[in-house]
Amino acid sequence: MSKKFIPIQGFKRAAIFFLGIILVTTSFSQEDAIDPAIIASGEKLYNANCTQCHAINEVVIGPALKGIEERRERPWLISWIKNSQKVIESGDEYAVALYEKYKKVAMPAYPFTDAEIISVLEYIDVASKVVPQVAAVAAAGEDNGAEGSNEGMSNTFMYAILIVFIFVLGLILVVLGLIISLLTKYIGTINEVSREDQELIVDQEVDVFAFVKSNTILGMIIFIFVAVGLKTGIDGLFTIGVQQGYMPTQPIAYSHELHAGQYEIDCNYCHTGVRKSKSANIPSANICMNCHVAIKTESKEIQKIYAAIDYDPETGEYGEDIQPIEWVRVHNLPDLAYFNHSQHVKVGGLECETCHGPIKEMEVVYQYSNLTMGWCINCHRETNVKSKGNDYYTNLVELHNEKNAKEPMKVEDIGGLECSKCHY
Amino acid sequence: MKETKKYWKGLEQLQKTPGFEKYANKEFAQELPLGDSDGETSRRDFLKVMGFGVAAASLAACETPINKAIPYVKKPVNVDPTIADYFASTYSLGSDQTSVVVKTREGRPIKIEGNKLSSVTGGGTSAQIEASVLSLYDQERLKGPAAKGKEVSWEELDAKIKSELAIASGPIYLVTNSLSSPSTKKVIEGFKNKYASLTHVTYDQNSVSGQLDANLAVFGKRALPSYDYSKAKTIVSFGYDFLGTGANTPLANKQFAESRRLSASKKEMSRLYSFESVLSLTGANADYRSPIRASEQGAYIASLYNVIAKETGGQVIDGLPSIDNQILSKAASDLLHAKEYSIVLSGSNDVSIQMFVNAINVMLGNIGATIDFGRHQNIRSGDDKAFGQFVKQLSSAGGVIFYNCNPVYDHPLGSKIAASLKNISFSLATTDRMDETNSLVSYLAPDHHYLESWNDFEPVHGKYSLSQPAISNLFNTRQAQDSLLSWANMEVNYYDFLRMNWAENIASLSKKSILDFDAFWEECLHDGVFEPETVATDEFDADLSGLGKAAFNITKPSSFLELVIFENGTVGNGIQSNNPWLQEMSDPITKACWDNYLTVSPKQVEEWGIELGDMTTQMVNLTVDGQSLKLPVLPQPGQKYGTVGLAIGYGRSVAGRVGNQVGFNAYPMINVDDGGQLDFNIYANVTVEPTDEAYAIAQTQTHHTFMGRGNVIQEATLSEYQKDPQAGRHMPKIATSEGFKKPTAVSLWKGHQYANHHWGLMIDLNSCTGCGTCSISCQTENNISVIGKKEVLNRRDMAWIRIDRYYSSDSNGDSYADMEIAAENPEVTFQPMMCQHCNNASCETVCPVAATTHSSEGLNQMTYNRCIGTRYCANNCPYKVRRFNWFKFHDNEQFGDNLAMNNDLGKMVLNPDVTVRSRGVIEKCSFCVQRIQSGKLEAKKEGRRPVDGEITTACASSCPSEALVFGDMKDPKSRISKMLQIRSMEKGVEAQEPRAYHVLEELREMPNVWYLTKIRNKNEKTEAANAHS
Repeated sequence: MSKKFIPIQGFKRAAIFFLGIILVTTSFSQEDAIDPAIIASGEKLYNANCTQCHAINEVVIGPALKGIEERRERPWLISWIKNSQKVIESGDEYAVALYEKYKKVAMPAYPFTDAEIISVLEYIDVASKVVPQVAAVAAAGEDNGAEGSNEGMSNTFMYAILIVFIFVLGLILVVLGLIISLLTKYIGTINEVSREDQELIVDQEVDVFAFVKSNTILGMIIFIFVAVGLKTGIDGLFTIGVQQGYMPTQPIAYSHELHAGQYEIDCNYCHTGVRKSKSANIPSANICMNCHVAIKTESKEIQKIYAAIDYDPETGEYGEDIQPIEWVRVHNLPDLAYFNHSQHVKVGGLECETCHGPIKEMEVVYQYSNLTMGWCINCHRETNVKSKGNDYYTNLVELHNEKNAKEPMKVEDIGGLECSKCHY
Repeated sequence: MKETKKYWKGLEQLQKTPGFEKYANKEFAQELPLGDSDGETSRRDFLKVMGFGVAAASLAACETPINKAIPYVKKPVNVDPTIADYFASTYSLGSDQTSVVVKTREGRPIKIEGNKLSSVTGGGTSAQIEASVLSLYDQERLKGPAAKGKEVSWEELDAKIKSELAIASGPIYLVTNSLSSPSTKKVIEGFKNKYASLTHVTYDQNSVSGQLDANLAVFGKRALPSYDYSKAKTIVSFGYDFLGTGANTPLANKQFAESRRLSASKKEMSRLYSFESVLSLTGANADYRSPIRASEQGAYIASLYNVIAKETGGQVIDGLPSIDNQILSKAASDLLHAKEYSIVLSGSNDVSIQMFVNAINVMLGNIGATIDFGRHQNIRSGDDKAFGQFVKQLSSAGGVIFYNCNPVYDHPLGSKIAASLKNISFSLATTDRMDETNSLVSYLAPDHHYLESWNDFEPVHGKYSLSQPAISNLFNTRQAQDSLLSWANMEVNYYDFLRMNWAENIASLSKKSILDFDAFWEECLHDGVFEPETVATDEFDADLSGLGKAAFNITKPSSFLELVIFENGTVGNGIQSNNPWLQEMSDPITKACWDNYLTVSPKQVEEWGIELGDMTTQMVNLTVDGQSLKLPVLPQPGQKYGTVGLAIGYGRSVAGRVGNQVGFNAYPMINVDDGGQLDFNIYANVTVEPTDEAYAIAQTQTHHTFMGRGNVIQEATLSEYQKDPQAGRHMPKIATSEGFKKPTAVSLWKGHQYANHHWGLMIDLNSCTGCGTCSISCQTENNISVIGKKEVLNRRDMAWIRIDRYYSSDSNGDSYADMEIAAENPEVTFQPMMCQHCNNASCETVCPVAATTHSSEGLNQMTYNRCIGTRYCANNCPYKVRRFNWFKFHDNEQFGDNLAMNNDLGKMVLNPDVTVRSRGVIEKCSFCVQRIQSGKLEAKKEGRRPVDGEITTACASSCPSEALVFGDMKDPKSRISKMLQIRSMEKGVEAQEPRAYHVLEELREMPNVWYLTKIRNKNEKTEAANAHS
């Protein structure tokens, strides 16, 4: 089945590829010599520096960049990117108009070389033309559909096998029942059965009711009942004070799904303390303003930030009357437990998601882990110490390997379960 | 020698009073409340009945509390929540100015540390300095300016004061404590230019005016010299407590300890003689101490003068008294052997006596060697006579400004000042809280606390120290210098003025050519100190011509009862009376807290028929020149018979809820002559009448007893040590089937092998002067509760580190005569005692819930959230270092004196890294585990091992004499490993330093705290015994 498909898929892909090349070569025949490496380096620079304020096809803080070179000449763009303020000050009409249009948010100066800027522009150019490619890929979506159904089929197949198995088992049971009844009938027809055998046959008849009423079974049932009850009770008690799943409504409807998920803003960009201090830090309003001075200024939620930091979006001025934003704390570790983010993130190299769960999918943040001591301890038992490249651990690793070279050094092995690691 | 030596914690133990015996063999002071004796519901029944109800209620209350998280709106760039910032600044209260480093968290100062870059302090602090951070968060601070009892704005106040100053008829006085700030002095000069009638008068609570006058007469310079105790081989002090309360005690402690530090390569140490009436910290550290009457001091010094003069070819003055005292002649001969390497000091405020002290130092060649007038100190410049003049003329003055001082309380003429203030139309005070003086003035212009201020200081000539705000002002206060500048119409703020002054006058002292003043300023602010190497010093000759005249004025010894007024090492001069940490700190000598009292010799107490019990005594009526005080008596071993002592700093009436009416005010008792000269020794008209009234003094000395186990203190004399470095060591042996063995050789335990770190603390009993700075430092760092006098009387004090003070004497008899000799002049030993972090800890074994366990780094961990309060551990701890929280001391109005935990302002001082303990749990020294953890984390973040010295405990970092050394014994290059010569063994480590020992070694607890034997620079026993006669 699959053997048949491969040449057809390969042909379609090759056709799209060639079509793409023809398209590119025909429309940009004058730029034959573009090195893909330049575009790649341009893409890198673009992603690292430009995406905070620009997108290709839509207005973010700054204008959309699609076809930027059709609007302005390359030398102008180079001097603008190097120092936009200078261009504005020089009285360039286009520059001044641009500055006014985008709420007087000045584009920072980038100390790039001309070559670097050109590479970015080349990338933007290529990226501007990406749309037909996307369409082409979408057009070729049938294959994907086929593949998806293929996967679904395998699942159904598994179910089918399961059903067949159950059917066969039932069949075997029926056959066995038939054999038993046949044999019983057969015994009934024979008269030459000895007395002992007769007794044996009579004894083997099962009194189900008496069996259920026997002390053993009653005892077992009571035991199971009590055990389950106790377990449920104790489990219930252990959840007292555990706020797993706690999802309070926040004063501002901030979405991690949007910021961290969709826009892939690094956690560290807002939670500035996560690599250096005990607390990861809830971002201060001035960090929000880095972007929201221009993005979604009309949103009610963003207006709340403006109110807190006393910012007037009309004039772009900050006032003195600042009001702190009172977020509701989601993760409430008790005061008696000391937890340090930098130890876990910087030294231990853990991902935020390890404890905070699928934060990139959370529209509203909730407490993912149960944050109990058992949960902490368990992780300390299972996690390997990130000792590579850290001289602090060099000697400890050597000592550990002398004793037990098979298992990597766990947090537990260097005192990670001791009380005063967290309680003091 | 040690076999016959007897140690005792107090007279109670020496005399085996029933009160002491009652508690001596009991682990806990209180009986358990068992049974119901009076038919009412007993505590246990109550608990049984309530048990279910409480459980049900707590289940019902399991709703999620909503906690808010409030981030910065605009986060300052250099502040990261949960990361501590450190700012160099300068402690300044009263006449004391000391360079410090302030630790801040989230913008709040929470701890004061010494500035290791300052050669003026040597990097140490004192109890007052450590505690001053709590004074910042005192609710009693003034919230804003006021005029005639009404709150006003600063503009209104300025306008009123300018008009008052303009119309003032008669001289205007500016009263201050000693000022060492060059820029403040400049501001005052500017103020003077505007208001020509301004007279600036200065006084010090603990006046050294007499010495300053004598220095002026002899050396032509009215200043205190800098002393270098580290160079001295012989120090003779006549009633001058340079270790406890003198000027700049951190440096004195450091240098003194340095002169006494012993090692395999240095087997010499200084010798300290002390002649005094009240047992002071200096006397307690003396190798030879002779109790003398206060009136005898002049005669002793004059007599010493003649001996020295005779031997050095100086001018022998006839007619001077000659004292026949063995210790004095021994001191004289030691001094003559240590020319240029000795220091003679007197605490007397009598010019004539200080003239002779100067003369002795000149003849011994100490001036320019151990005593430096080129680098004179600026922190004591008060002039008694000028101040006396001021008090006389005050009632006719046009106005008076009190700049951060409180003379109504802390000057003996305070009552006269208070009376005159009623007649003056314009009076103003800048103190930052209500006190006895500013409650009488018409205008209040409250200054910032020093932690909110810009300032500069020159505590020692040519050595500068800067003060920068570690927090912006909490209340609507204004820096006093800014006030003065504004009233003088100088249109500049003090910060700019300060910078300008530095740019013009101080920057040029730097050796480096300063092209960029901003960079220089930044550097100075960062370091906190600026100590240019070159400094202009005056040439001078000693002029001893005034000596003959002074000889006439030497006091003749009297035979009446004498009163000696002194300053103690806790509350000090009383400026910080409202600081509960200082109030609850036990006095280094008497071990009493929350009080002052009349210190009396035991013999005298017996004569007066005072009934003594366990921490109870009786009141007496003390009358001096018609002034009378009813106060309790405290029998003080070492007090000279015929003298009584009383500490200043107590009996405040307007200090705040903590300090008001604690103890008795001694200032009015200080003798003032017609010229205004103060005398802290009162020789005449002192009478004491015993009363029947009982009184309780909260003394911690017999709390937490070692149950009579001996050899806690191990000591030897220097000559013994030189012969055998292990001299004085008690080496217990344990009987085994294979003969006697070291205690460590026999053990039930597996021992610990530490892979990563092995934290240890070394305490050199020879360096420890007993000042108690560590205990306040510990209290600040670890959020230790203040519990109040009543609970201290219940023996529930919470100090994690206590300084045990032991008296000892060579006489071993139990006869009354022996006891009297022992109590007359005992030797004193101080021993800091905290959790010993035993490797075989007996507390760990008995905890039923494993709340106290051993860590893989050698720490004995205490887990509060696991503790259920059985107190088995405290019971089983041989060192008695575990403390039980009998009450909830935080957020509890009953313990409102515990300022740091009972109001929002006070709570700002708490260390956020340390849990505040609640009722019913045990707590104890953790070796500052929070510092260890954070030090390790810093190292891990940078991918390296911690550097020695980077991680240290609060006690060790604050110790001015560096008696405590903390470090990793696993690191062979660490200071502690080297000093103890640590050697790893199968079941732990062993210190090869011959002086190192474990307290109660025979119990095989194997602590991680090591003590070094105390060595006294004393000759053999026979001589010492004779000295008593």
